[in-house]
Amino acid sequence: MQLTFGQRFDRTRAGLRSLHFADWLALLILAALLYGGTWLAFRAPQVVEGPSISLDPRILPWYALFSLARMAGAYLLSLLFCLFYGRAAAYHRGAERVLMPLLDVLQSVPILSFLPVVLLGLSAIFPQGVAAEISSVVLIFTSQAWNLTFSWYQSLTTIPKELREAGAIFRLNTWLRFKTLEFPFGLISLIWNSMMSWAGGWFFLMAAEIFTLGQRDFRLPGLGAYLHEASVQGDLRAVAWGLGTLIFLIVALDQLVWRPLIAWSDRFKVEMVESDNPPSSWFYNLLHASRLARAANERVWAPLFDRLDLWLVRRFHPVEEGAQPGKARAWVSRALLAGLAGGLLFALSQSVLLLGRVSLAEWGQVGLGVLATALRVGVSLLVALAWTIPVGVAIGTSRRVAGFLQPVVQVMASVPATALFPVLLLFILRIPGGLDLAAVLLMLLGTQWYLLFNIIAGANAIPQDLKYTTALLRLSRSERWKTLILPALFPYLVTGAITASGGAWNASIVAEYVTFAGKAYQTTGIGSLIAQATTNGDYPLLLAATLSMVLVVVLINRLVWRPLYRLAEDMYRME
Amino acid sequence: MKTNNVLLEVKNISQKYGSGEKRFTAVQSVNLTLSEGEFVALLGPSGCGKSTLLRIIAGLQKPSEGRVLYRGEPLAGVNPHASIVFQTFALFPWLNVQENVELALKARGVAAALRTAHALDLLDRVGLDGFETAYPRELSGGMRQKVGFARAMAVEPELLCLDEPFSALDVLSAEALRGELLELWLGGSIPTRAILMVSHNIEEAVFMADRIVVMDKNPGRVVADFEVPLPHPRKHKSPEFQALVDQAYAILAGQTQPEAIELGSAPGEPGMTRALPEISINDLAGMLEHLTTQPQKAMDIYRLASELSVDSDHLLRLTEAAELMSFATIQKGDIALTPLGETFAEARILARKEIFATRIRRLPIFRWVINLLRASEGRKLKWGVIQSALELEFPPEEAEQQLNTLVDWGRYAEVLAYDDDEEMIYLEVSNGQTVPV
Repeated sequence: MQLTFGQRFDRTRAGLRSLHFADWLALLILAALLYGGTWLAFRAPQVVEGPSISLDPRILPWYALFSLARMAGAYLLSLLFCLFYGRAAAYHRGAERVLMPLLDVLQSVPILSFLPVVLLGLSAIFPQGVAAEISSVVLIFTSQAWNLTFSWYQSLTTIPKELREAGAIFRLNTWLRFKTLEFPFGLISLIWNSMMSWAGGWFFLMAAEIFTLGQRDFRLPGLGAYLHEASVQGDLRAVAWGLGTLIFLIVALDQLVWRPLIAWSDRFKVEMVESDNPPSSWFYNLLHASRLARAANERVWAPLFDRLDLWLVRRFHPVEEGAQPGKARAWVSRALLAGLAGGLLFALSQSVLLLGRVSLAEWGQVGLGVLATALRVGVSLLVALAWTIPVGVAIGTSRRVAGFLQPVVQVMASVPATALFPVLLLFILRIPGGLDLAAVLLMLLGTQWYLLFNIIAGANAIPQDLKYTTALLRLSRSERWKTLILPALFPYLVTGAITASGGAWNASIVAEYVTFAGKAYQTTGIGSLIAQATTNGDYPLLLAATLSMVLVVVLINRLVWRPLYRLAEDMYRME
Repeated sequence: MKTNNVLLEVKNISQKYGSGEKRFTAVQSVNLTLSEGEFVALLGPSGCGKSTLLRIIAGLQKPSEGRVLYRGEPLAGVNPHASIVFQTFALFPWLNVQENVELALKARGVAAALRTAHALDLLDRVGLDGFETAYPRELSGGMRQKVGFARAMAVEPELLCLDEPFSALDVLSAEALRGELLELWLGGSIPTRAILMVSHNIEEAVFMADRIVVMDKNPGRVVADFEVPLPHPRKHKSPEFQALVDQAYAILAGQTQPEAIELGSAPGEPGMTRALPEISINDLAGMLEHLTTQPQKAMDIYRLASELSVDSDHLLRLTEAAELMSFATIQKGDIALTPLGETFAEARILARKEIFATRIRRLPIFRWVINLLRASEGRKLKWGVIQSALELEFPPEEAEQQLNTLVDWGRYAEVLAYDDDEEMIYLEVSNGQTVPV
């Protein structure tokens, strides 16, 4: 199991002093953007009726297709975004200082908080139906793009110096450098992160296909809307159908897209050693063996690509790294920057005014909400740790256990927790304090897998020599855990916990406020507050709640996770 | 083969890093001329800026001062007539052998059919036919570097730059590859007009080059430039060959100076702070022990290198350390044990530590650290504090390396103690106990 989660930490910077000027700038930009959306909101038309969602199972293939198309669209958008954003951040020092903190902030903004900005902005340009459709894609995009971008940025900045120099001395132009150096180098990490992005997309599919904003109710035909509608009506048969379709879709994608991609990407490893058991995929082997596919590659693709390469090579000459752009270009970008800064400044002043409308009582609610959600995130993390450590170590150290548990775990992990949630609610809501429990459970369901997979990877990586040594020394079970297993797992635990806690915060918006069987349930929490504010169209509160949540999440990252991650890298990395 | 057509001129080049108080010179006022038909080796210890100079000549890096003329024209950007063979091969792992070689041609817009023919011909010439579809990870180091050579020659460079091309290879592959390169070069079967090779291996330079340019560090500069007038093939054991190796060692090992000059000054004081060579004390003791077996307790450094089978770079660091500790003196490429060095070599472990401790207390850099620690509360200081103080004297990486060596030697001599958890450096009191906190 090779997982590359949470590589988003700069080891050299930790603690409060890392929260410098650029972070505050990023927060300010965010506030301004949110304000821009709400400004549009006040000028949008009233009441929109969405099409009704049918619960007939026969319509499911169509719905599945629509959802898949939205996900694919959002993924393409994420990929484009990631390639450009990551490149800008990796190659321009000035841009890097703003873009990376901004990304850190963006990834902790819950998906619903993007809704007003996106939807109302698009409504101003497109007709209602189209705007809703594009908004849905953009919302899914906001749950897919960030980790991809981090991974791409990370790859670009870690390309070995001599490979870069080889690219320069052999005069690769921008295209060839991308095609033969940057893209292959980042590919493996990009694929693993794409899988994570798709999982994130499925998780928030419901929120992205059915949304209420003030008086306006939007619903788009799709799998997420179907599942939501089924749970609102309490139709368990329909829930089962929808769930079945979703799982089928996810497994099919895994087998037909991701596994083949991973098997194929093994050749892009940078290590100069052959791997013992390279990843394999039956579908990839099938394609690889197929004469038709091979002929198509040799006769059509390869020559076509070669033509393209040569055309681009002759058209665009290599740009030297660190070369100065022309004077005209520099002026244009300066003017653009100035315009952008002016607009931001104006929006910023307005968003401060908007925040001024939040009453003291509401600020109190926000504070209480942050505390309550933090508590839930903490509890879900602890529960996840409690079960994933023993199970993960069992899977990671014993081939026998791995043989039967690994496939089960993989299927379970692939089911988005939000889809299972309605079924759980059916039982849990009857218990007093049920939603509190349910919220923790949803966070747990959504994020425990990050921990589990990292622990499995960690346990797998414990060197055999050290295991023999502890056996020879006749260490007791508890001593073995204390001296070998836990220290060896520590870096993996931290990496998993970082991703899990980030995910749990984001999940709070769907966990703390639910509509089920025609009724809305809610509990105290920042996620619940954000969901309510969106539904009621209370933009000042939405802005206040979102900013508070982002601030808290960023602070926790800097003050807790980064130092821990640094410690793990310095002290416990086995290399 | 040498003609009088000048190919490349390096005029007064300096490379500086950092700014303000922490400004360091990696390369200082280097002048160099390369003519057509010449094979020049750039020889020097690690950190003397020879790789930086190579990158400046290839146009990968812009010098802070000075300029590079290529055929009389000032160089702007990457030199289109040069190509590089890298120490770590720098092959693209996801391209097979043929694709790696073809890439350089593709980047110049050569059409597919022509590319393939040319690449196959080159691979044939370096003896890699049959491996065209292999990926670099399937090949041995020597074969990977052959791909590196084929790729570099694919673009028919006039100037071939070699950046320590053999130092990542095992001894046998390196020897074989050196011979093959010479064959291609001397046979005139490649269009290359001149070769510039960066090396830290003296024998390698004498074996291959027509001219050797010797660089030294702190700051990186050219200290010698001499011809190798031997015909090919050269014999390692011939007296002429050994004389040249001896000469190179004599230049690089220098002469033992009076103590005040040899030891330099402490950080912060006027004058150069002497950088400590990065060595293992075990290796140093091993070398001294070997010297005690010699009749005069002295020998040629080049002979020492072949008897201990260590490369010249490593050996020169050891001789420098021995000189610094007054365990040996160096004169014209010969090393001689001092009585102190002899005592050290023959002493047992505790006595060795005592001698070592007395000697390092005389080094200005050690006196400086000890005074610093004495003056601070609890006789301890954070690693980072001492490192930033050293950064006023050395570039950041060098400062860290120096502190590493300081702590390593100090620990061996039981003068310093270090706690890795707290990253704290302590002063040990003379009876070997750490001062209680």
